[in-house]
Amino acid sequence: MYAQLVETGVKRVTPLAEMSEQERSFQERIDGEIKIEAKNWMPEAYRQTLIRQISQHAHSEIVGMLPEGNWVTRAPTFKRKLQLMAKIQDEAGHGLYLYSAMETLGADRDEEVARLHSGKAKYSSIFNYPTLNWADMGAVGWLVDGAAIVNQVVLQRTSYGPYSRAMVRICKEESFHQRQGYEILLTMMREGNQAQRDMVQDAINRLWWPALMMFGPSDEHSPNSAQSMAWKIKRQSNDELRQRFIDQTIPQLELLGCTCPDPELKWNAERGHYDFGEIQWEEFYEVLKGNGPCNQERLDTRRQAMEDGAWVRAAAVAHAARKAARDAA
Amino acid sequence: MNPANDLLNHLLRLGDSALVQGQRLCEWCGRAPALEEELALMNVGLDLVGQARNWLDYAAELLADGRDADHLAFRRDERAYRNLLLVEQPNGDFAVTMLKQFFYDAWHLETLRGLCLSSDPRIVGVAAKAFKEVTYHLRRSSEWVERLGDGTEESHRRMLQALARLWRFTEELIATDPAELALHQAGLLADPAQVATAWRDRVAAVFARATLPVPEAPSHFYLDARKGLHTEHLGLLLAQMQSLPRAYPDAVW
Repeated sequence: MYAQLVETGVKRVTPLAEMSEQERSFQERIDGEIKIEAKNWMPEAYRQTLIRQISQHAHSEIVGMLPEGNWVTRAPTFKRKLQLMAKIQDEAGHGLYLYSAMETLGADRDEEVARLHSGKAKYSSIFNYPTLNWADMGAVGWLVDGAAIVNQVVLQRTSYGPYSRAMVRICKEESFHQRQGYEILLTMMREGNQAQRDMVQDAINRLWWPALMMFGPSDEHSPNSAQSMAWKIKRQSNDELRQRFIDQTIPQLELLGCTCPDPELKWNAERGHYDFGEIQWEEFYEVLKGNGPCNQERLDTRRQAMEDGAWVRAAAVAHAARKAARDAA
Repeated sequence: MNPANDLLNHLLRLGDSALVQGQRLCEWCGRAPALEEELALMNVGLDLVGQARNWLDYAAELLADGRDADHLAFRRDERAYRNLLLVEQPNGDFAVTMLKQFFYDAWHLETLRGLCLSSDPRIVGVAAKAFKEVTYHLRRSSEWVERLGDGTEESHRRMLQALARLWRFTEELIATDPAELALHQAGLLADPAQVATAWRDRVAAVFARATLPVPEAPSHFYLDARKGLHTEHLGLLLAQMQSLPRAYPDAVW
């Protein structure tokens, strides 16, 4: 999910015959489903692609705390407040795992965060949408974490060992968040009043399409996918994952008693899948370029946090140095 | 005075303080100085809100007027809140937040230590669980006070400013309330004198390492959280925290 458009810098997939011996033995390892580890040789483009993908994923966890942080001070009951706080805490933890996985590739966390803040590095487009009512907390858990899981379950088999292992840990927690999110919506629909049911439908209307966009561009406009698939960084195409998400989510939507904001959505018995309408790709690319509803606010908040915290980090470093000197004396 | 009311008041003091402190920590979400701090601030907040629920559950049982913990937290006005004035103070910069956390943790740990010896098993149950969590909170906030006090020139200066802003609110942490003293003598609560002594010792020790001066003991002033006389900060905090349950009183979340 959280890394939806990753440049590989590779125009076409190199055939085995054109590879050097080193490249060929690397590709054979990949084809043999043997995980690549930090100390193994890897093509520079593989390394850079992974750094981009994992950092994008990590940034998404961190920026993704903000739409929920918007409601954590307003959660309506103890139970919901505690759940949301636990979820936000998990997300910060996921960010930490992922930055660590990224650092095994020789990248530097601070440099990558600086790239995020300067607008050079991306994060998931979904977090540029505002959370406007409490039902958004349920819908984000159900749809956004749901889309993330569809993607991440596959990434548990990604070819780079540290990334794959991070995904295993993260998936367990994400599944829990997703069930909680769904339960928020179910409670509002079944036990709530009309105003609450309206909030749920409103949240779904606003977040449905952005959640589908989390899978990235359609396969025909996904020039980087072929190389990522050959390296088994990606294991399934954007459109395959998107279709799987829709197929598994529509029955859940029906159980809620809500409708899908897609007039073209229809079960196709022949394909055994749901057909669905065209995604607003113009909107998708605008959001990725930084022109979504909250891009500015999200980055401003993160930049401000780092700026305001600079003196704290400097103090921690100075104190640690003084303490180390004292201990050595 | 009615001892049952006094006990209820004290449970509200414990629960409301934990809740308001937790609420302040929620405000840090996405704004902490480092990713590790995002995790830690939310972790501490989560512990505190959980403790608040446990205390308010018990308070609601004693009240027995049909209100539950959620009702107490999300529908009570500021004049009915009994939290420490300290914890409702705005977060300010990280120095204010950590010093506030430290003053509260140092009071909280000693208070809980005493409550673990209560003759009321329900109090012991909640306090014993909270004690483990607050041990961690205090270790962490003490370390930050030390790091910032004995860090850079700027961090030291900011700690002095934080101290100037917060110190007067520490009066209520060490002042002895007759009703609480009576409850202690009845075997229910911590000994307020012991809490005060331990608090002063802890502050002196951590401040020495942090190269911070311990000011003269603050004196009592007009405000009094035990009577629901709060600073102007609490009303706004509650307006935000309670907005949904207030707007949709018949809703089920």
